[in-house]
Amino acid sequence: MQKEQKINSTENIEIQLLFEGIFLKYGYDFRDYGKAHAKRRILHRLGLSDLKTISDLQSKVLHDESFFQLFLQDLSINTTEMFRDPDFFKEIREGVIPILKTYPFFKAWHAGCSTGEEVYSLAILLYEEELLSRAQLYATDFNHIALAKAKDAIYPIGNLKEYTRNYIKAGGKSSFANYYNARYDSAIIDKSLKKNIVFSDHNLVTDSVFGEMHMVMCRNTLIYFSKELQDRVIKLFYDSLIPGGFLCLGSKESLTFSVHRELFEPFNQKLKIFRKKY
Amino acid sequence: MKLNSLKYGAVVIGTSAGGLDALSEVLPNLRKEFPIPIIVVLHISPSSDSYLTEYLNNMCELLVKEATEKEVLEPGVVYFAPPDYHLLIEEDGSLSLSNCEKINYSRPSIDVLFETASWSFGEKLIGIVMTGANWDGSAGLKTIKENGGFAICENPQTAAVPRMPESAIDLAKPDLVLELNEIGPYLNRLI
Repeated sequence: MQKEQKINSTENIEIQLLFEGIFLKYGYDFRDYGKAHAKRRILHRLGLSDLKTISDLQSKVLHDESFFQLFLQDLSINTTEMFRDPDFFKEIREGVIPILKTYPFFKAWHAGCSTGEEVYSLAILLYEEELLSRAQLYATDFNHIALAKAKDAIYPIGNLKEYTRNYIKAGGKSSFANYYNARYDSAIIDKSLKKNIVFSDHNLVTDSVFGEMHMVMCRNTLIYFSKELQDRVIKLFYDSLIPGGFLCLGSKESLTFSVHRELFEPFNQKLKIFRKKY
Repeated sequence: MKLNSLKYGAVVIGTSAGGLDALSEVLPNLRKEFPIPIIVVLHISPSSDSYLTEYLNNMCELLVKEATEKEVLEPGVVYFAPPDYHLLIEEDGSLSLSNCEKINYSRPSIDVLFETASWSFGEKLIGIVMTGANWDGSAGLKTIKENGGFAICENPQTAAVPRMPESAIDLAKPDLVLELNEIGPYLNRLI
């Protein structure tokens, strides 16, 4: 796009300054997020507030930490469900788990776990395949509110119907009702599934490697990053995996445009499962 | 974005109920080597497969495909938002996907595409709203107009489901209201 054609370029300057300010003050780094998405989230918060410009928002974010915390939730996407994309979880069960079974002990990292639905799905799979006791699962997110919900493992009962359908489609071997206790309008995930999961605060943009993983699952997080930041994070995953370790991405994510694509080989191209080359 | 001397840089189309038939009428009319990209949001079920783009691709002179995140827009290609993802256009002419919350009960949402396309293309954008049963796309079409772009709506009186173009006409005051079979030939002449 020609420079003189850029509309709202003042807004683009304001967005850049806002993210610089947030990084300097709070350490969260959104500077390499996809711009169109970031701008939508900012204008969304601006529309809900009585502030006029992004510069006004910047001032409030810097001076009012509780407002910043609110804005942080706008920038964190928490769309998830149990056994999201059932075909993917079916392939984990049928394709990946038989290989994980060959290790006496293994570690899996779910990066960007949000409110935890997918890491519990993985735990259920591992339990049914009699592998959970040999697994250590790490579930991380930068959003501490989402992370607290993940630890609580209490979900609205209204979602359970869909989760049950997903579970069956993903090749579930038991009755999904065995894995939760319903109370009033909530379902609490059975605590035996939590035993091998460590939840922790980790920011993919600013924090470092999680070592010696046999599997890294990070689905629908990279889509929010610029290409450069995607490359950095894919390298972070590479460094976190053992040779032959699995990298699992979201259904519309790929390594096709990554500078690191040669470091991995496809395991299931369609379901976006890759292996770190030996 | 590739610089070109054309007056318009992209066409965005939004439609919902009745949309597949409407697109089957409009897209095959576009001439081979149509010189700018076309980006489409059709409201579809989250679990749809790739049948839709294959079906339309077989009917059209132009390449019809599902949009991939980070790919750069090419002239003469029709991009569809994937099921269950919003499709956004970046200022560098590349595509982004998002699975953030539904807008107007929809993911993909027409408003999300139209709004981000308008930020990137400004007055060089053509927005089209066709048949559908809700009001998604109206606010986006208004943004396109406000940023100097060109707005077209399908005639609600003859549309399969009038609500969506009706709502867009009320809110965005489009430049033109056309019959479905006029849209393709009109774009061929305009661009």
